[in-house]
Amino acid sequence: MIKNFWKRKHIVELFVKLVMMFSIALVGGSLLLILATVVARGLPALTWEMVSQTPKGGFYMGKGGGVLNAILGSLYLAGGGTALALALSLPMALVLKTYLGDSKAGSLVRLSLDVLWGIPTIVYGAFGFAVMILLGMRSSLLAGILILSLVELPIMTRAMDEVIRRMPKGLEHAALALGSTKLEVATKVVVPQMLPGIITAILLAFGRGIGDAASVLFTAGYTDRLPSSLMSPTASLPLAVFFQLSTPYPAVRERGYASALILTIVVLVVSFGSRALSAKLSKYTVK
Amino acid sequence: MESHIQVKDLKVSYGKQEVLKNVNLEIPRNRITVIMGPSGCGKTTLLMTMNRFLELNEGVTIAGQVLVDGHNIYSPDVDVTEVRKRVGLLAQRPTPLPMSIFDNVSYGMYIHQMRKETIEYKQAVRHYLELAGLWDEVGKRLHDPATALSIGQQQRLCLARGLAVEPEIILGDEPTSALDPVSSAHIEHKLLELKEKYTTVVVTHTLRQAKRLADHVVFMYLGEVVEQGPAAEVFGNPREERTKQYLQGLF
Repeated sequence: MIKNFWKRKHIVELFVKLVMMFSIALVGGSLLLILATVVARGLPALTWEMVSQTPKGGFYMGKGGGVLNAILGSLYLAGGGTALALALSLPMALVLKTYLGDSKAGSLVRLSLDVLWGIPTIVYGAFGFAVMILLGMRSSLLAGILILSLVELPIMTRAMDEVIRRMPKGLEHAALALGSTKLEVATKVVVPQMLPGIITAILLAFGRGIGDAASVLFTAGYTDRLPSSLMSPTASLPLAVFFQLSTPYPAVRERGYASALILTIVVLVVSFGSRALSAKLSKYTVK
Repeated sequence: MESHIQVKDLKVSYGKQEVLKNVNLEIPRNRITVIMGPSGCGKTTLLMTMNRFLELNEGVTIAGQVLVDGHNIYSPDVDVTEVRKRVGLLAQRPTPLPMSIFDNVSYGMYIHQMRKETIEYKQAVRHYLELAGLWDEVGKRLHDPATALSIGQQQRLCLARGLAVEPEIILGDEPTSALDPVSSAHIEHKLLELKEKYTTVVVTHTLRQAKRLADHVVFMYLGEVVEQGPAAEVFGNPREERTKQYLQGLF
């Protein structure tokens, strides 16, 4: 009964364990390194001015003021884009599940969404730009929101679709057996069961939206002013980081790290908030 | 004896495979009818035609009639949600809905708008939980998740939930097969108590359970009804050779 460490199965197990630990260390280490860099270089430049004022003295060279224009712009862009994507994704995911199922039409829709998911966001941006030229539109908050909702739509719908497909099958039948209509099954049973997963899907999409620079570059544009209307250009944090980091002035580059730190904090706050909400909502779900 | 459900010339196939071949049945009112037979003989398929659940499967063709109180539930003018309200189902495994114990019971009443005031829902929930023999165990924690209950309690919750929409007929698809012996006995006991008020149809593959429950027996084999009649006759003096062999445990 004494464990013989040199048995083949124990050696194999140890090897696999080591590989897994290495992967975890690699992923966790990268995350920590990124966070450490952003904090170490951004924190000294992160002043109250940074989050409470708009840039002063020209953005590319300016060392004064802050990035409030980009913070608000990003929240408006990603918030609007996510809300719009949600309004389209949830019905779409429900239709996929309830009416299309695994039919040919259903798999065609899923395939299209997967293809859309894989398209680089710069292509979305270029597409949006082309449409805007066609319509004679200037770059604006509205255009940015529309393009971000398109960027977020496939990831959100597919994440919801997967969540809905993992739903216990007996649940729908239980509701149908009581004489529910398909709509009642969808709204009163499927959605509450899926809500925690749906929130995760929203979070994923929001994360993709708020962190994306390429799609808003042409569509939302950039400005030093606070976002004032749907029809005027809007700044965003990823582009602020991009512009600030690409200047030759070290002081502005430090401010770029501070902007990156702000973006990270926004994402973390949204992330932890929605996790807490999702944990609360999963009280009644069937595991 | 008056029949509550009549099945006439019912044929069901999955794709090209015929699983029910010309089934004709009479199911008596306010009695327990047990459908028995070896696995794969079409018991569950037959049961699922009675609340129009079978059509939820892909590639099923259903021909013939199922009449409840003389009205064909497959006729085009029938509202399928009304059929399922009148014909309750107790599934093989308990399937609590993702809500509290209270909401599980009130869900059906709520979607059919069977009550008006909150107080009426509260009284009704208590009534049906008592009817299912679960009130004493859950009365103090109605707002806990239904999934927190044991499997046996969950099945009684499903019974209460089904009764709450005031069906006339209860279908049981091997309703005790996932339960421990004590919980099984509990469910069987409840079904026997309830048969005064409800027409009950139970599918089972255990002969002993069939003998404990049945007033009326339907014996099926390979998609056909071999024999049907009062329990005493079918168990005591079966007419068909295949029924005799089944009762002796030969297949």
